[in-house]
Amino acid sequence: MLTEKEKYEILDEAKLYPYPSAACLDALKIVQHRRGWITDESVSDIAALLSLSTEHVDGVATFYSRIYRHEVGRHVILICDGISCMIMGYEPVYEYIAEKLGIRFGETTSDKRFTLLPVSCLGDCDHAPSMMINNDLYNDLTLEKIDHLLEKYV
Amino acid sequence: MEKPLTKHIMQDGSQLELKNYVQAGGYLVIHKVLKKMSPADVINEVKAANLLGRGGAGFSAGVKWSFITADKEAEPIRYLVCNADEMEPGTFKDRLLMEQHPHQLIAGMIITSYAIQANKAYIFLRWAYKKSETVLRKAIAQAYEAGYLGKNILGSGYDLDLYVHTSAGRYMCGEETGLLNALEGKRAIPRDKPPFPAISGLFGKPTVVNNVETLSNVPHILENGAGWFKSLSLTGEGGTKLYGVSGRVKNPGLWELPLGTPMREIIENYAGGMTNGYKLRAALPGGASTDFIMESQMDVAMDFASLVPLKSRLGTGTIIVLDDKTCPVAFIHNLEKFFALESCGWCTPCREGLPWVEKILKSIEEGNGKESDLEILKFHTHYCAPGHTFCAHAPGAMEPLQSGLIYFHDDFIRHINEKHCPWRS
Ligand SMILES: Cc1cc2nc3c(=O)[nH]c(=O)nc-3n(C[C@H](O)[C@H](O)[C@H](O)COP(=O)(O)O)c2cc1C
Ligand code: SF4
Repeated sequence: MLTEKEKYEILDEAKLYPYPSAACLDALKIVQHRRGWITDESVSDIAALLSLSTEHVDGVATFYSRIYRHEVGRHVILICDGISCMIMGYEPVYEYIAEKLGIRFGETTSDKRFTLLPVSCLGDCDHAPSMMINNDLYNDLTLEKIDHLLEKYV
Repeated sequence: MEKPLTKHIMQDGSQLELKNYVQAGGYLVIHKVLKKMSPADVINEVKAANLLGRGGAGFSAGVKWSFITADKEAEPIRYLVCNADEMEPGTFKDRLLMEQHPHQLIAGMIITSYAIQANKAYIFLRWAYKKSETVLRKAIAQAYEAGYLGKNILGSGYDLDLYVHTSAGRYMCGEETGLLNALEGKRAIPRDKPPFPAISGLFGKPTVVNNVETLSNVPHILENGAGWFKSLSLTGEGGTKLYGVSGRVKNPGLWELPLGTPMREIIENYAGGMTNGYKLRAALPGGASTDFIMESQMDVAMDFASLVPLKSRLGTGTIIVLDDKTCPVAFIHNLEKFFALESCGWCTPCREGLPWVEKILKSIEEGNGKESDLEILKFHTHYCAPGHTFCAHAPGAMEPLQSGLIYFHDDFIRHINEKHCPWRS
């Protein structure tokens, strides 16, 4: 079930478009913002609210990299594996974080604190290697910086 | 050397506030355009300036705008969309223009919307650009408050609403028609052309899509004239260009320079040359989907026309440098992995071909390649060439591969013969 607040936000967003179904992606983002990820139930609820088929909504949800159809941790670490970050050495950064947290790309720590994912070029190439944790960008990464960074996310 | 795009950009990374932009004479041009010029005048000026699209394809902005019908009664609704999806690997130029100079972009969008008689415009922004989003939303609110956006702008009778739309991450969102589908809340799959967006674009209405850097140039053209704009470049293509360099150089970054500045000058003089201990081997001139330029060819002028005889293209103008300590096979594998992952899956050569290419490159890099694999890779560069796929994604993906197979042939062969990557011990 979508909450009243979610429904309100989605329908408010839908007003910006000539027809409500155009707010499909906005709806997914609104629900994910509150719940962390998109369940099958949320897909059906959004479909019903915007008069779309569940297949359509799921088609949209699975197309975009930043819509999660699996449960993710409280914080999502996105390590840039773009070409400039490869040249400047994202691999040691990844290995260090993976070792420290005991998870590989695509996995979540057992306490659900972190999910680790690769991300394509973050457009921060003159400060490679770069990564994002949730909405925060970190760059010119060194192994020394990382310990300190992760501590901020509990 | 004049640097219209970046002359007001502050070194400390902060954004140019509305009051400072107005003090510097920004937005004055809006008065002139809305009150003294007709939409056709604006289009003709930009056409004469020869402003070529900075999103990578280099199509004349003025010509693109002229495809929108001037008959406002027949087509009352039309849209301008700013392509701010910037996902081309190695590209980081639009970020600077949005984070630090939002009002220049907004002014460019007001003028462009007026030229095509659109009353609604969108900035289609990449999800990852959180700072750009905050800065743009604030700047748009200020522009509304100051009367540069909204109803009856500066008493001219012209109305414009401007929205920021953030996407959810897919390279195909940057492709012109994929972007329109994404903006309509659908999968970002490209559309069949014709009809081109100028006839049937966003929500089926006439639409212009332009890159952030393209639109940011527009206020300066209207302020100073087409002749002035053309004189900024070293070649016939108008204006300056925001060039970038990343990789193992001493001073990676962005610089606004005359269009047509030689590649070597950008790498040596501005990026400071190679980091000590690294040698320059080659570079991609403008993002992942451009062909390699070798060290010996780097006196080439970085503009749209000059790179063509070297079988490459300017693309986004952000150079990615390949040094002697980075394996070229691993370099190309990294790019093809990206392209394979980002294929939208609509057409067969791309959906099936790119993952195949990626797997072969991986096996060569890991020392399991055969010489016949090189034939398969070469076959794909024809199979995914322009005309064989639905959009430019797969042809773009083939650019670094086809040139890499030629220039780094010996390196491929070494991987195959020595059964491991010579760059990995
Ligand atoms: C796969 C693909 C991705 C693209 N991504 C972008 C992008 O992120 N930003 C951009 O401005 N143009 C991008 N383009 C180019 C656009 O299709 C289009 O040519 C451009 O936005 C037009 O603006 P311009 O004429 O001002 O350059 C992409 C093209 C393709 C084929
Ligand atoms: S070339 Fe690739 S990205 Fe373009 S339509 Fe075909 S499958 Fe999609």
